[in-house]
Amino acid sequence: MSTTTLPPGQRQEPVSAPRRMISDRSRAERKLGWMLAGPAFGVMLLVTAYPIAQAIYDSLFDFRLTDPDNRAFTGLSNYWVILTDRIWWISLGVTLFITVVTVAVELVLGFALALVMMKALSTIRPVVRAAILIPYAVITVVSAFAWRFAFGLDTGFVNTWFGWVPGIGAETDWFGGQWSALFVVCIAEIWKTTPFISLLLLAGLAQVPDVLQEAARVDGATWWQRMSKVTLPNMKAAIMVALLFRSLDAFRVFDSIFVMTNGANNTESVSFLAYRQTIARLEIGLGSAVSVLLFLCVVLISALFIKGFKVDLSSTRGEG
Amino acid sequence: MPDDRRDGPPVRETGPDRRPTGRRRTATAAALLLSASFLAACGGDSGGAPTLTWYINPDSGGQAEIAKRCTEAADGRYRVEVTLLPRESSEQRQQLVRRLAANDSSIDIMSLDPPYIPEFSEAGFLAPVPDEVAERVTEGVVESAVAGSTWKDELVAVPFWANTQLFWYRKSVAEAAGLDVSGPVTWDQVIDAAKQQDKLLGVQGIRAEALTVWLNALVESAGGHIITGRAEDPESVQLGLADEPASKAAEIMRSVNDAGVGGPALSTAGEDVNVTGFEGDDAGFMVNWPFVWPRALAAVKAGTLEQSVPDDYGWSLYPRVEPGQESAPPYGGINLGVGAFSKHVDLAYEAAECATSEENQSYYFVTNGNPAAKAAVYDDPEVVKAFPMAPVIRESLEKAAPRPQTAYYSEVSSSLQRTYHPTSSVRPDGTGQSAANLIKAVLKKEQLL
Repeated sequence: MSTTTLPPGQRQEPVSAPRRMISDRSRAERKLGWMLAGPAFGVMLLVTAYPIAQAIYDSLFDFRLTDPDNRAFTGLSNYWVILTDRIWWISLGVTLFITVVTVAVELVLGFALALVMMKALSTIRPVVRAAILIPYAVITVVSAFAWRFAFGLDTGFVNTWFGWVPGIGAETDWFGGQWSALFVVCIAEIWKTTPFISLLLLAGLAQVPDVLQEAARVDGATWWQRMSKVTLPNMKAAIMVALLFRSLDAFRVFDSIFVMTNGANNTESVSFLAYRQTIARLEIGLGSAVSVLLFLCVVLISALFIKGFKVDLSSTRGEG
Repeated sequence: MPDDRRDGPPVRETGPDRRPTGRRRTATAAALLLSASFLAACGGDSGGAPTLTWYINPDSGGQAEIAKRCTEAADGRYRVEVTLLPRESSEQRQQLVRRLAANDSSIDIMSLDPPYIPEFSEAGFLAPVPDEVAERVTEGVVESAVAGSTWKDELVAVPFWANTQLFWYRKSVAEAAGLDVSGPVTWDQVIDAAKQQDKLLGVQGIRAEALTVWLNALVESAGGHIITGRAEDPESVQLGLADEPASKAAEIMRSVNDAGVGGPALSTAGEDVNVTGFEGDDAGFMVNWPFVWPRALAAVKAGTLEQSVPDDYGWSLYPRVEPGQESAPPYGGINLGVGAFSKHVDLAYEAAECATSEENQSYYFVTNGNPAAKAAVYDDPEVVKAFPMAPVIRESLEKAAPRPQTAYYSEVSSSLQRTYHPTSSVRPDGTGQSAANLIKAVLKKEQLL
């Protein structure tokens, strides 16, 4: 790490994270910060904290939407029902599988695309960036339908185009089996959100000072050495933030599964399970409990990233 | 108007002294009236006639046209506007339930899929049908459509159109296979014929409502029921899924699957996929709703299908499970419910009566392919001309059996879909029992769905 940090002259002390005495100026700044962020904080409390609290409260009841009169307090029994049900664990497994596979592939692909965007000739750079960003601009439901139509037996072209691949024939029913359906779901997710990860990584790449690259080049470092010793360590924060955001996003996967399989053949994710209990089955209590568990999983992932991998979210603002 | 605002006596004084104040009052009242009517217009009630909102399921424009006709027929007493619900009936239910649970008064009339009617009725979402209306709207209506609008021995919705599935065959294939279609056919015969000719037998193997429709028709045709008793009590509901008819039904599902006649996409095949297959070269047989017919004719008109294809279409009653026992074809369709929170319940029932008039049902049948609930419509020469299979549809409707009637239909159907999907996993000796266990556990809220 010592060779990769900035020379002392260019180092800046973090402005918003004073560790010693709080000066008058920083106190004023803090006040200004609260005034600026306060309204947004209030709105967040209203639109996020309140529904979360409501869901936690509802999850303790046996409550069916069409039968509000028979609402009864049941304590933690909803959680017991969920955690002892095989479907919860299958859904959790499917969700983790989708999360791990898509995020891993997206990280590699996204990094490659970020490098392309970074190094592309300045004349074609805008075109390259726009082309890479298009999938991200497509609504998830629309992209899910596009992929469903591509792989469907009645409308699809994939079986014809890839008929030469062993295991794929004119009659391969992609949505008829768990693994093949999950494969399509993952591909759709990867296609759709790789641009997001590559954008975050591009921001990270742009932060790596040219001085360091130059110094490493002068010292005779190979491309791979520069990549692994200079570029990657310097953009660790950006990588971690990209990973964190995408993992949280991927863990809540819903649209693609809803459109493609509607949860058939064990392709249900945890969000889908919450949808089924709350919206389809109208069991607000049970559904809220699934949602709370989903929320806890998301909190756990965040904690793991922030504490476990020591991601400093403020460092992406170029302060670290 | 400026005269009235002026202080002092008006210019054209004709009456006694109190006149100016009187005129000022009139002006204020007029202004208030004007602004009130302006506000009312903003609220959607233009011209004083209340607007009734009819939540419709997607169709080929028939319900919108009927709404227009009824608006005209009402002669200014009310106007009917349509609002579109999602395509899937389960999603239609979800949207309506969410709105009604929040006491949405904008729902005046709604097009309801019959299996969900008990749930709506039980939750108090349907305004009670006045006795004289009930009498009028059930007159001359086929048995299954009245049963589908009834819950706890009371009519709770207005029968609109009644659907049923027919057995569709390609005449050429049936002939080549030596299948005698002049009388009733059995599932075993059809499966054998399809297998022998290496042709498709279109059934709905998708994990969706269509699968429940198929399963229920098989169980009912074998003489059984999915729910045998106490349908209104989730704690003690009695199920017939472990009985002989249900295992016979599972046997048929499994043999369609094992014979390979269901096509490569059996586990994802719904009604639309079936029709596409039936219009193709591998077409042999299919069970499906009558929309198959107008769809083929439209495709011919559009030039995407040869006229020889619909010419080869044949139809008869739903296949039997046992040779000696009449089949119980699926019953579907749409009935009209009036929202319990509507501000114009009386007018809504009036509009619902108009929408379900014989004339409108016959129009809807001919133009949209949705069979009427009133039996007399089937004698309409125009209907018979457009739907040569109309007499078979009517006969099928008389024999049709509804899906399990319970306020917890959604749970029952989803549980069945989960256990009976994919058809390759169905076991005649075990799937029924596991489905029954799941339904019971789900209704007792001891399991997820």
